[in-house]
Amino acid sequence: MSATHGTESTAGPVLGPVSPEETAATGAGGPDPAAMAAVSAAARAALPADAVVDDHIRLRTYECDGLAHYRVTPALVVLPETTEQLAAVVRACAEHGVPFVARGSGTGLSGGALPRADGVLVVTARMRSVRAIRRADQRAVVDPGVINLALTRATTPDGYYYAPDPSSQQVCSIGGNLAENSGGAHCLKYGFTTNHVTGATLVSPQGDVVPLGGLAPDAPGYDLLGAVVGSEGTLGVATEVTVRLTRLPEDVRTLLAGFPSTDEAGAATSAIISSGVLPAAIEMMDALAIEAAEAATHCGYPAGAGAVLVIELDGPTAEVEHELAEAERYCREHGAFEFRVATDPDERALIWKGRKSAFAAVGRISPDYIVQDGVIPRTALPEVLRAIADLSSSSGVRVANVFHAGDGNLHPLVLFDDAVEGAGAAAEEVSGAILDLCISHGGSITGEHGVGIDKAAYMPKMFSDEDLDTMQLVRCAFDPAGVANPGKIFPTPRLCGEVPGKRSGPHPLVEAGLAEAF
Amino acid sequence: MAAPTAPGIDVEAARSALAGACDEVTRAGETDAVDGVTPALVARPGSAEEVATVLRVAAEQGLAVVARGAGTKLTWGRPPERADLVVDVSGLSGVIDHAAGDLIVEVHAGTPLAEVQRTVAGAGQRLLIDDPVGGSTVGGALATNLSGPGRVAGGTARDLLIGVTLVRADGVVAKAGGRVVKNVAGYDLGKLVIGSFGTLGVVTRAVFRLHPLPPARRVVRVPVRSAEDADRLTQAVVHAQVVPAAVELDWPAEGPGELAVLLEGTDRGVEARAATTMGLLGGGAAADEEPPETWGRFPWAGGAERPLAVKATFALSGLPAVLRAARASGPGVALRGSTGAGVLYGTLPAGTPVEVAAAAVERLRAACTAAGGALVVLDGPPATTAALDTWGPVPALALMRRVKQQFDPDRRLAPGRFVGGI
Repeated sequence: MSATHGTESTAGPVLGPVSPEETAATGAGGPDPAAMAAVSAAARAALPADAVVDDHIRLRTYECDGLAHYRVTPALVVLPETTEQLAAVVRACAEHGVPFVARGSGTGLSGGALPRADGVLVVTARMRSVRAIRRADQRAVVDPGVINLALTRATTPDGYYYAPDPSSQQVCSIGGNLAENSGGAHCLKYGFTTNHVTGATLVSPQGDVVPLGGLAPDAPGYDLLGAVVGSEGTLGVATEVTVRLTRLPEDVRTLLAGFPSTDEAGAATSAIISSGVLPAAIEMMDALAIEAAEAATHCGYPAGAGAVLVIELDGPTAEVEHELAEAERYCREHGAFEFRVATDPDERALIWKGRKSAFAAVGRISPDYIVQDGVIPRTALPEVLRAIADLSSSSGVRVANVFHAGDGNLHPLVLFDDAVEGAGAAAEEVSGAILDLCISHGGSITGEHGVGIDKAAYMPKMFSDEDLDTMQLVRCAFDPAGVANPGKIFPTPRLCGEVPGKRSGPHPLVEAGLAEAF
Repeated sequence: MAAPTAPGIDVEAARSALAGACDEVTRAGETDAVDGVTPALVARPGSAEEVATVLRVAAEQGLAVVARGAGTKLTWGRPPERADLVVDVSGLSGVIDHAAGDLIVEVHAGTPLAEVQRTVAGAGQRLLIDDPVGGSTVGGALATNLSGPGRVAGGTARDLLIGVTLVRADGVVAKAGGRVVKNVAGYDLGKLVIGSFGTLGVVTRAVFRLHPLPPARRVVRVPVRSAEDADRLTQAVVHAQVVPAAVELDWPAEGPGELAVLLEGTDRGVEARAATTMGLLGGGAAADEEPPETWGRFPWAGGAERPLAVKATFALSGLPAVLRAARASGPGVALRGSTGAGVLYGTLPAGTPVEVAAAAVERLRAACTAAGGALVVLDGPPATTAALDTWGPVPALALMRRVKQQFDPDRRLAPGRFVGGI
């Protein structure tokens, strides 16, 4: 579960019975000295001197991603500047059987970029060039380290933007977005990263440079790009990424509606979407989340509201006006007692401020918390929110709800104080029970944060052995040696039969008790 | 062509083994031919479980398998190297669950797209996958990545498929995705299956995201006299803020073409947007409530029995070069499709000599490739297609072969139909 401590930049508590760094999934045994020396030498030969890090103090600065509760110090960090440099390192890893983990800005919330103690962390932070903005083609070609918001800023002068907008968009990278298939508040209408990436240069886990897709749609052959997006760095590392640019809308309206409870707000959400109105975003916050946001940002949300909806409508003015009237009607019909429409960018920003600061704001009302990410069918919202409330009251663990209501993507924040004996474990239990609720309602264990190392153990609750085995056929095709971010997504790695290159004796994963030979 | 059943296959033994797995197993006839290749047997399973059993038996018997929905696009791609067994999934038909409030629909793969549309239209919704061929099933549409004018607004199957169940070559049933629109758990196998021509598995079930049916629509049409015009007008529309649902060009082999822009939304909204669009398209533009008759039909529709059919893709800026290449020498390639998305379908008149067709295809392919796209020969007279490179260059072919090798190591699913002989 995604645990953070106050703000996402602060050190977090260690939860759970076993520290993850002690498991084989993170390469606990440490590097094979000879193999690592060979990879290190290859990296030094291909990269500038300051782009290869093996100093322990500096290595430790990379020990976690946005999920700070898992920490593993990598054996080596490389910061390539080009696809060729990156491929050279990956090739060396493949040749010597050394695992590697790719990392963009390290904002992921499922430990997808958690390093391996026996491996290399490949950081794309020095690959930050926007290579081309092709307005006529509605595309941009960018390096993987380009920051999400920087891409939007670079294309706004041309009347375009990059639609996926994860809440970390000020710092997260396009490469990381691609690996995680990132969403954001506006994916209700505009879709996720996978709908906006049309091409990428892939450095395969064997170090080959493979072009996938491109400027045009429907490239002949298997849609390997579609498989790579969202594969959490287990199928290779994307370098040059071609993305679809979206025309800025003629009009944007942001509105805030206050409701007595989440039941009414949930019903209003369903009513709006069933009516045929497709807002750019519908976000919900419950009373506890509102309280936190109010304390932190003085966003002026309606006093006494049991829930608020932040609804954003965009598109041609004539359509937006109609949708606004519809949204207001459905909100009022479902008990909204206050309804505000932002009339200028400052007012819009204020409405969003409360929502966008909600995670961090919760740090003001609780010393520690877990950020959960689960999905349910939208129509199940009222029922599931009541069940979460019951879980909370029966366990005594407070839960604040901040989420993307339009697509049923819940982000319950499970609050606890790690200084209190057993509080962390109780919070973990509630957080896990929320995922069970999502699964039992036909939903998903993750809508946008990814599986990573955090939720691999939950995959069998959602997928059968056959499902997972079949997914891993893809893994075996791309990465027969299992060197690309091993230990993530799949609770039990599949061995791929013949591994090209050298290796004799039992596979290390078998030795570690982590895999069975299929 | 004679049934190229592989040596060592005992058709009677296979038939009796399959009969234990599936009620409807018959000897194949001429009408069961897959692009000229007549299979030995046809099995029509009545359930997804039967599909799994049939494929398991086919694996045991070493049978090459081609899945068939309505059979409307079996001549697309390359002919299979062999086809011992056709698995007809048309018996797996029907909408399993239309969750209108969640805007999703779960269907059996053999369900005709038209039936899906009828069912969801009852709740004012639609699946944004067009059926330019007519009569396509969900499974067939997925296998060929079928799309039409609506792709500008709704994308293609890859943007709409949220869950998939497939039976592997070894008969193992696997699913990916789920029933919620937002979901990043596990690999997205649906993406791999879309457009794979049945070479990775047999899809039995699919879950799609739906969209509301718009209350109103308008089509603004304007004659197009040159490739430069088509480019200028397309660019004017896509860079405006009118949010077109479709931008379609009809570009015949000679003479003027026509650009049509579809606007969908509310009554007042589309009226205002249509007015803006008329302004963008300039003199000669006219607005209608309904699109032209040719809308969403492939340019070869109604032509010879198997006219040459190609799909051209390109970055939008490549449009004028592609249009010019189509008319570079007689006979011109007639094109129709989405200039808003960079996808045009093309055809040549029946009876075009093979060398002439080959030269025309190569010219068009060169223009598409130069514009970051590709040209695929979907269908055509066997004598012509045999002389053409069906898929053109496929850069990541080695990796694709490895995917195939993992899913179907014995190469029994539609062998030879796909890129690089996969």
